[in-house]
Amino acid sequence: MSMLEVRDLRVTYRQGDRAVPAVRGVNFTLDRGQTIGIAGESGSGKSTMALSLLRLLAPTAEVTGEVLFDSENLLTSTWSKLRAVRWAEASVVFQGAMSALNPVRTIGDQLCEPILLHDKVGAKEARRRAAELLDSVGVPSRRLGGYPHEFSGGQRQRIMIAMALACRPNLIIADEPTTALDVMVQAQILQLLGDLVRDSGIGVIMISHDLSVLSHMCERLAVMYAGEIVEIGPSSQLIDDPRHPYTRALSRAFPTIGDPDSRRAPSGLAGDPPRAADLGESCAFAPRCSDVTPDCRTRTMELWPSGPGRLAACLRVLAEEGGPS
Amino acid sequence: MNVPALEVRDLKITYPARRGRGPARAVDGVNLRVEQGEIVALIGESGCGKSTLARALVGLVKPTSGQVLYQGTPLNYSAKALKKYRRHTQLVLQDPGGALNPRQNVFDAVAEGPRLHGLTDRLNETVRTSLTRAGLRPPEEFTARFPHEMSGGQQQRVVIAGALALDPSVIVADEPVASLDASVRGEILKLILSLRDDLGLSALVVSHDLGLAWNIADRVAVMYLGRIVEMGTVEEVLLRPRHPYTRALLSVLPDSAKDWRPTLLAGEPPDPTAIPSGCRFHPRCGNWAALSGPDREAAGCDRRDLPILSGDPSALTLTACHLVPGEHV
Repeated sequence: MSMLEVRDLRVTYRQGDRAVPAVRGVNFTLDRGQTIGIAGESGSGKSTMALSLLRLLAPTAEVTGEVLFDSENLLTSTWSKLRAVRWAEASVVFQGAMSALNPVRTIGDQLCEPILLHDKVGAKEARRRAAELLDSVGVPSRRLGGYPHEFSGGQRQRIMIAMALACRPNLIIADEPTTALDVMVQAQILQLLGDLVRDSGIGVIMISHDLSVLSHMCERLAVMYAGEIVEIGPSSQLIDDPRHPYTRALSRAFPTIGDPDSRRAPSGLAGDPPRAADLGESCAFAPRCSDVTPDCRTRTMELWPSGPGRLAACLRVLAEEGGPS
Repeated sequence: MNVPALEVRDLKITYPARRGRGPARAVDGVNLRVEQGEIVALIGESGCGKSTLARALVGLVKPTSGQVLYQGTPLNYSAKALKKYRRHTQLVLQDPGGALNPRQNVFDAVAEGPRLHGLTDRLNETVRTSLTRAGLRPPEEFTARFPHEMSGGQQQRVVIAGALALDPSVIVADEPVASLDASVRGEILKLILSLRDDLGLSALVVSHDLGLAWNIADRVAVMYLGRIVEMGTVEEVLLRPRHPYTRALLSVLPDSAKDWRPTLLAGEPPDPTAIPSGCRFHPRCGNWAALSGPDREAAGCDRRDLPILSGDPSALTLTACHLVPGEHV
């Protein structure tokens, strides 16, 4: 049994009488010490999916399916069980460190809070652990008394990571942890996260729109489009040999410097993502796909095997791998 | 010799001191030229002065010293002259959501420039042509829309259409794709490239993204703490970087290769209110740190000032570094 098993996860936002599907049947598993990257553009449902795992969404979101965390379904568990899981077993690094930290409380107080709540230790011990955590993410522990605005963007993101680690969780969900940062600071944060994963055997779900960041950090990648995973498999294979046309478009969007094919030839994807109301069982990507067939618009999509340990939701892949059926 | 479309000579912009700190030397001596029909990428981290430089190029910030020249003529900072100038040089900003008025429809957003300049004779046609050129086709479908009814990519196209409506010869774009999704990024970059190819526009594109330079630029300038530290053709600078800062920037780009060895610079970008003496990069420079006593003394990166790069566009590469042998500046 995996540490985390997500089965047919669906999230629907209710707006008046309208139902807007944001996540439409997602399945994946994750073990301790494994890393998976969730790629996709704004509106693809990647953040909604990740936040729904710990039931962090607003009440207007209707979540169905199963999120089995150490065999316990978090979607139906009691609030007290869920509270115990949050922080202590699974925690989140949010993208905007400035808005996620409380501006009027010191870093030390904010770091101690989850420790005091979950670990039944005294204030002195919590303070000592907070100092240790801060040092471990490369922020001097003498600055425990500082307020968020006194730190730079990179340091605040480090503090967020320290908070996520506070109760020694087995799973970290990192939602765009480096998006607003400069390249140099981004590299520092990626290296920090990479070291933590290697040293502690934590499982990581990392969300980003940047495939190069994900493929660097994560063993496996899942690419989401219109609320569904359209391709999943080992990162290096998805990058080097993408099978789904959407993965291909995403991986070309960030050029490799020195690659003559992308010199003076930026690569994008024409068209816009589909509106939720237009979504059906057939391929959601078909209207933007350069390789579309008539079947794509009628046939129900599934994730079909596309190589060892890989799946892709594309009829072309099905035809090549499994023969016409 | 051709007159450059846009040029800055020995440009310095200093913001007044506040809160007990020294004055901020945001741009501290820059020579840069954008030739006719050329795309130049200006690359740097936040706080390096690249946006201040971009604003000076369109006359939004008045230089403390030095000059901005358009088609060889220095800018005149009287209100009337500036208004005229801005017909020729248009600024495109990062966040299209913020740049557009939420209560203004697409037609009015694009028509705003021509109306301000009294160019209302054939306004309908101007707006239609601009929208078409910016890739919003057919234009009729978009004119009545409001910003919230469009995607981020479409909004950025409206901003670009607004810039094109004045028939400019130069576009200065500050992080034009930073807030856009990956697939849209390529589409907007294609558009900038096609504006150059089809209309002969010149462009200065400011970004933190070296991949953008590889995608669209002819030349690239790398800025650090108010100065350009390396510039040259894109191939030369990005494939054979000489300055240790350019090398570090290139080394930290994440990729899936297992042997990623980033050259991490300690700390965050330094402070324009306290620029180090000598080479301004030396406190973070690995090459300098690796030198032993006598070599360090001889190199003198911590006390010898560097000359300002000439900005000569015909040079394959220019590097402002004491430790790069055989490089003239």
